[in-house]
Amino acid sequence: MEHTQPTEQVTEPKEPILSLNNIEVIYDDVILVLKGMSLVVYEGQIVALLGANGAGKSTTLKAISGILKGEEGKVTDGSITFMGDRIDNTDPEGIVRRGIFQVMEGRRVFDDLNVDENLIAGAHTRNSRAEIKQDMEMVFEYFPRLTERRHTLAGYLSGGEQQMLAIGRALMARPKLMLLDEPSLGLAPLLVKEIFGIIQRINREEKTTILLVEQNARMALSIADYGYIMENGKIVLDDPVEKLRENEDVKEFYLGLSKVGEKKSYRDVKHYRRRKRWLS
Amino acid sequence: MNEIWFLLQLIIQGLAIGSVYGLVALGFVLIYKASSVINFAQGELLMVGAYVCLALLTTFNVPFWAGFLLTLAFSVVLALTIERFVLRPMIGEPVISIIMITIGLSLVLKSFVSSIWGVQIKVFPAIFPQAPIKAGQIVVSQVYIYTFLASMVFLVVFALFFKYSRLGIAMRAAANSNQVALSMGISVKRVFAVSWCVAAVVSAVGGILIGNINGVNITLSAVGLKVFPAVILGGLDSVAGAVLGGLIIGILENLSGGYLDHFFGGGVKEVAPFVILVIILMIKPYGLFGTEEIERV
Repeated sequence: MEHTQPTEQVTEPKEPILSLNNIEVIYDDVILVLKGMSLVVYEGQIVALLGANGAGKSTTLKAISGILKGEEGKVTDGSITFMGDRIDNTDPEGIVRRGIFQVMEGRRVFDDLNVDENLIAGAHTRNSRAEIKQDMEMVFEYFPRLTERRHTLAGYLSGGEQQMLAIGRALMARPKLMLLDEPSLGLAPLLVKEIFGIIQRINREEKTTILLVEQNARMALSIADYGYIMENGKIVLDDPVEKLRENEDVKEFYLGLSKVGEKKSYRDVKHYRRRKRWLS
Repeated sequence: MNEIWFLLQLIIQGLAIGSVYGLVALGFVLIYKASSVINFAQGELLMVGAYVCLALLTTFNVPFWAGFLLTLAFSVVLALTIERFVLRPMIGEPVISIIMITIGLSLVLKSFVSSIWGVQIKVFPAIFPQAPIKAGQIVVSQVYIYTFLASMVFLVVFALFFKYSRLGIAMRAAANSNQVALSMGISVKRVFAVSWCVAAVVSAVGGILIGNINGVNITLSAVGLKVFPAVILGGLDSVAGAVLGGLIIGILENLSGGYLDHFFGGGVKEVAPFVILVIILMIKPYGLFGTEEIERV
């Protein structure tokens, strides 16, 4: 699948930093999860990847970051390129060293390490102690709330603080591309807004390209430049967000808006109900 | 009054032996936390360490410090070999297979040692001053004091390593979640290897210290079994708990030996830790500091 970025986009022309070409992922040698998934991320963008539960969004991220192997999954077809190099057979350590860092779903901070130690663990692939120290200060600038909790065990932080720590920990690796898996999961709306604001700042100020997987489509489309919609292991729709937000299907299925008084066949209604369940 | 001095003396000796248990337990818990492997060969690592050091000192007449360092180096190589060729291929296999393989490993190590050095008890050349120390009416061999200090030094060094070094933090991170650690580029394989190295090193130190007190023979590996009550008491997944558990088991073992031996005609010391083990499992199965696993049905 070839994706061309429209020229009228506000941001300048960019280099493709990541591209997935027709990748296929199989779990346990039998379960086909991604069926010819393709996606392109350009440098400096925030790209949103939307879709229902089980569409394969998290699997896509794991395929990129290489942690699929630990879960009995593997990329069996297609290719993943990052800054011009094939990375689909690289181990997670190699991927992090190349500049891709995944913030996993469900926060996943190290419970019995304190905030500082979590950040140090995030900087594992870096060498300069001075830089690490400097970057810790940067993380505390983005997340001032963490400052006073530096010596608290991460397990005792609130959900929002844990999510901030998870993103801060990713920043510590100074990634070129950050993969965010559902940063809004289980957080109060105000907090979600705050965190998405910070994600946007990180994108602009640190020049970190972001690939964002979200169920909260409205929030994701509000900060993203480009959006992909995924169903059953492949991309079914992709467009700049301005266009996506105007797309009737997206409005109906992903943003919870529907046209009033429009006739629908029974099949559509059923389809709609089925899809409706996961809407926020 | 005499009673109190006797008690104190027992406690001091118990602390010394207990600190060694704590040290060996630290190694055991490290492996368990990092890779969920229950290492039944921990005692054999200890025995091998003691024999290697003994051989260096007596057969090859190496001075103690050189012999000591060479033993530690040998332990590291042994641990890396075991981890790489025995345990790594087992990653992802059922727990029971891994347990069986460590039991097999313990038998292999024991057979190697007895075929090379025989089964006779050997006296370790004294590495610490032997003269007893008197304080009040307590008479304790200096060996116990030095043993306690030596294991404390190692415990403190490792505590600092885990608290402040980046590798130490990475190891704790991997113990917390292998997968998340992997996602930040921490090599989990390397963490496994390092925990085996640390376990072998602390075991060798423990073997040398205990061998220095009790002499070296094949039954030294039984110390590995005494580590079980220590780690179960402390909580299988708590390093600090394991060390404390070691100290407590050491003291209780010595006290029960000191007070009960003349009722039962000796040997209580050998049994006491396991009686304690059974009691802990009945009243506090997760130990003092272990994580309680909550299962919802």
